[in-house]
Amino acid sequence: MKLVTISGPPSSGKTAVLAGVIRSMIASGVKVGALKYDCLTTDDDAIFRSLGVPVQTGLSGNLCPDHYFVSNIEECLDWGFSQGLDFLLSESAGLCNRCAPHIKGVLAVCVIDNLMGATTPKKIGPMLKYADIVVITKGDIVSQAEREVFAFQVRRANPKARIMHVNGITGQGAAELASQFLNAPETTCLDGSRLRFSMPAALCSYCLGETRIGMEHQLGNIKRIKLKEEPIA
Amino acid sequence: MNILERTIADLYENMPQVALFLGDYGLDPLERGITLGLWLESLPDEMYEDIGIDMQGLVENLEEYLLQQLMLQSGHLPVVNEITVIGGRDKSGTPEQLRLTLTRGSVTSIVGPTGSGKSRLLADIEWMAQCDTPTGRAILVNGEKPDPELRFSLEYKLVAQLSQNMNFVMDTTVAEFVAMHAESRMVENIAGVVEEIIMQANQLAGEPFSADTPVTSLSGGQSRALMIADTAFLSSSPVVLIDEIENAGIDRKRALSLLVRREKIVLMATHDPILALMADQRMVIRNGGIHRVITTTEREKENLTVLESFDNRLLALRTRLRNGELIEEVP
Ligand SMILES: Nc1nc2c(ncn2[C@@H]2O[C@H](COP(=O)(O)OP(=O)(O)OP(=O)(O)O)[C@@H](O)[C@H]2O)c(=O)[nH]1
Ligand SMILES: [Mg+2]
Ligand SMILES: [Zn+2]
Ligand SMILES: [Zn+2]
Repeated sequence: MKLVTISGPPSSGKTAVLAGVIRSMIASGVKVGALKYDCLTTDDDAIFRSLGVPVQTGLSGNLCPDHYFVSNIEECLDWGFSQGLDFLLSESAGLCNRCAPHIKGVLAVCVIDNLMGATTPKKIGPMLKYADIVVITKGDIVSQAEREVFAFQVRRANPKARIMHVNGITGQGAAELASQFLNAPETTCLDGSRLRFSMPAALCSYCLGETRIGMEHQLGNIKRIKLKEEPIA
Repeated sequence: MNILERTIADLYENMPQVALFLGDYGLDPLERGITLGLWLESLPDEMYEDIGIDMQGLVENLEEYLLQQLMLQSGHLPVVNEITVIGGRDKSGTPEQLRLTLTRGSVTSIVGPTGSGKSRLLADIEWMAQCDTPTGRAILVNGEKPDPELRFSLEYKLVAQLSQNMNFVMDTTVAEFVAMHAESRMVENIAGVVEEIIMQANQLAGEPFSADTPVTSLSGGQSRALMIADTAFLSSSPVVLIDEIENAGIDRKRALSLLVRREKIVLMATHDPILALMADQRMVIRNGGIHRVITTTEREKENLTVLESFDNRLLALRTRLRNGELIEEVP
């Protein structure tokens, strides 16, 4: 079975793009399943199910969805095998800018949209910088120039990735993306595999549920802001 | 010499892309005398954790980025003179039986009901299909099968698109916006190009706009005019697809002739008879396939003049309406 991890900021078009990819994969006779990792709630499972693919949803609640992903992906992989899938597409909400679900040896995709502004690519962390394929969506509503500038910024943030434009609404480009998925490496087992980039652990007392403000309540790994001298206008 | 062995001062002076690249990670070396390698090694692990990449990844990315920039500057990419579409089949499997070559500086209109397969045709060209898409079409560039790796090159994207629902979303002025695009294309004389584009766009737009107008406050016609002029001068794509240019606020004939002068292969999806007849030929799309290609006839070209006079009469009526006049007599 081939596992593919798909991550990207909220509402960037991950599900819309995957819907196009899935349609094209099903048409070529491949058996696909989907996973959705999110924080609080999601309707994506209904969309995947309506395409006729089996889905599992994992909600991380008050944990970082990517941490939750790593601790649960092996079980989900086993589920994929039990369903006899050829492809398991794992969509993660890119809510934590510091973490990414990308695993060494597993095809990693990041979905971002043209509306985010030209300076956004550099602000996105490992989920963009360690992806093999960066998909850019919503090209139908911005100018050609903005599309070009945006793509160049993405390339500077991740020069090794393949950059592809997909329209989540018309599906233009989805079949081409699906053809790239077909070349993904096989995943038989993830035991002993490594993440592409480390995820910081629960660091401070607030990660563990502290709500009170004040020095005395701050435990663990605390980092202080460096205030700088501001010239007086 | 290996980039890591050069001093930061040397790199920042002679390779501004290095500063841009590091700046994207929020890295700004204060000490300029040491080599890049030593400086990167001196950064604590915690720093790399914060920027979300390790030193090895950062160096690999920098090297790859510089390599790509170098290939760009040396004009390494092959020039596109013409594109040939070799027919596949329509949705019912009927062969298209066609070999259509589109040369630079030509205008082809595309007609057919919505959903008839226009986007698929464009996607085939963009992907440089090699009988590996649902239509089974193949695309040749300069008469040859293109290198499949070019599918992923940003500079070699074959199709630029301009459609009605596109808007500017960036928070910049017209001049800043065009300059930003020019920079990303590594244009030499940025100020000159910016000026030229704004001048040309103003010739297309009904109402003039200036270099310091914010792009988001341009009217529909002005936006379209700027998009067309910018694409004509700065887009790397040889093919320009225009999805129905509306008649309001833009000189359509001039817009087409600008794109033709800039040697674009213009494809224009339209149902407007004037635009369709302005093209050298038109492609009729039906049921997912190219049904026919019609060369605009002499008679049609003559009729174009008649159609244009209809159009001008309507336009004059619009102006009268706008001015609050009565329309009791129709010319
Ligand atoms: N215009 C346009 N809209 C798009 C495109 N792709 C997606 N959308 C729209 O963007 C919205 C969000 O798309 P989704 O696919 O749900 O995004 P997502 O990344 O899966 O979102 P979450 O899973 O909630 O994080 C939907 O309304 C889509 O219809 C596109 O290419 N163009
Ligand atoms: Mg989704
Ligand atoms: Zn996290
Ligand atoms: Zn915390």
